[in-house]
Amino acid sequence: MNTTNHSPGSDSPEPASAAYVQIRGLRTVLGGKLLFDGVDLDIPRGKITAIMGPSGTGKTTLVRHITGQLAADAGQILVDGRNVPQLSRRQLFELREGIGYLFQNSALLTDFSVFENVAFPLRQHLRLPEEIVRNIVLTRLQAVGLRGAAQLMPAELSGGMMRRVALARAMIRDPGLMIYDEPFVGLDPIALNQVLKLIRTLNDTLGITSILVAHEFAAVRRAADLVYLIAGGKIAAHGHPQELAERDSPWTRQFFGGEADGPVPFEYPARDYALDLGFPAAAA
Amino acid sequence: MTGDALAQVGAAGLFLFSILAAIPKSLRHYRETLRQIWFVGAMSLVIIMTCGLFVGMVLSLQLYYTLAKFGGTAALGTVVALSLFRELGPVVTALLFAGRAGTSMTAEIGLMRATDQLSAMEMMAVDPLAYVVAPRFIAGVIAMPLLACVFNVLGILGAHAVGVSWLGLDNGTFWGNMSANVEVWNDLVNGVWKSAVFGAVIALIATFQGYTTPPTSEGVAYATTRTVVSSSIVVLAIDFVMTAFLM
Repeated sequence: MNTTNHSPGSDSPEPASAAYVQIRGLRTVLGGKLLFDGVDLDIPRGKITAIMGPSGTGKTTLVRHITGQLAADAGQILVDGRNVPQLSRRQLFELREGIGYLFQNSALLTDFSVFENVAFPLRQHLRLPEEIVRNIVLTRLQAVGLRGAAQLMPAELSGGMMRRVALARAMIRDPGLMIYDEPFVGLDPIALNQVLKLIRTLNDTLGITSILVAHEFAAVRRAADLVYLIAGGKIAAHGHPQELAERDSPWTRQFFGGEADGPVPFEYPARDYALDLGFPAAAA
Repeated sequence: MTGDALAQVGAAGLFLFSILAAIPKSLRHYRETLRQIWFVGAMSLVIIMTCGLFVGMVLSLQLYYTLAKFGGTAALGTVVALSLFRELGPVVTALLFAGRAGTSMTAEIGLMRATDQLSAMEMMAVDPLAYVVAPRFIAGVIAMPLLACVFNVLGILGAHAVGVSWLGLDNGTFWGNMSANVEVWNDLVNGVWKSAVFGAVIALIATFQGYTTPPTSEGVAYATTRTVVSSSIVVLAIDFVMTAFLM
């Protein structure tokens, strides 16, 4: 994996900075809704950074900006020193060769078996002997506990198993940056524990950088080195998970305490409840 | 409404350029292209052969009674062959191809879009235009002329069965007049050209609709319908233009 830094819009290498991903002044409007309003964020190299926040706050959109899947309205997004909004399609693909991405819905190729799904990135980018491909794929499947399911088709897997296959596929090429979008959804406690350990081990042994989008604070607390809490289009809080949990701010109190009342509205904006129920007098 | 339609045409045109640009890269996925030729070509054979046979039989029956009024039944083989090679073969095959292969292309790509499979490919630095779209486009261009030829052959066999075996036309007259009056370049090859163009148009519309469909079940359903409707209209319109130029 290439860890050399590049200045935005050029190919000249620069010394690697401490942040693998650096976002400055990110502004995004999606469907008329202001999603990000001047977000600044640093993902430190070699660490696991969790992105948390209420549903619909734009966590997945943020990682889609980072990988160039979605253009932002304004702002600078540097990934390993490259300014993503300025990259051509070819340059984006070069950047993505060093990124492993676990999709929220697994996104397995439904016509391929589990084995072929995991082997897909290897077959597309490397000319390796079949024996080596087989060994690498089986090693990764063993790591997620699904070596025995190698010949099954995605339709034969449970949601949790699909996620683990997608995880094996995302890490098949030892990427420099791993992005996990909701990796714990649908996992039973045993699988969750194993995936957590895997994420931590991958990070520590390979020295990669990880972005973890998740809601489960208990799991995040065990895995992450740094947490960003996004709410209201801004970074509401950030810091070490333990420190955030103990911090006495209305944002952290509401989010980590799971309270309905607080700065983040639980209810979607609506007109008067009594009016909706047909009681105009009561509303008046 | 007209603005939207024009925007769609423009977007489809740009999509065509993207496909053409992706074709060199797609050549390394030749196995996928072969799989698609099998899927859209070989798997369409049953419907193409059945329809070709019946179209030929009906054509023969209608023409025999019409020609009999003028004492021209000897021209049956010639008229059937010219109708099939020049017009009915390419056009009817194209309409069937749009219904059988075009819809499946749209639905398959649309579902890949809806289930993030195309995004997953992009994130694995694999260009979906080269891996998914271009092989289907090439398959359409290659499979359509072959299917039209099969349609023509079965159509003539159907016409022969009705005209010669059933209605009693002389076998030698049927084949002799046909081989004397049908020209390879003017009649046969022009039909093959038309078929290749129809194949390209249908594959373009089908892949474009699938690739740009909203990622919902309703979106995929509408895209599939649009593939059949748009392909049918465009094929008939292009057929008129090409016929005018190739006459």
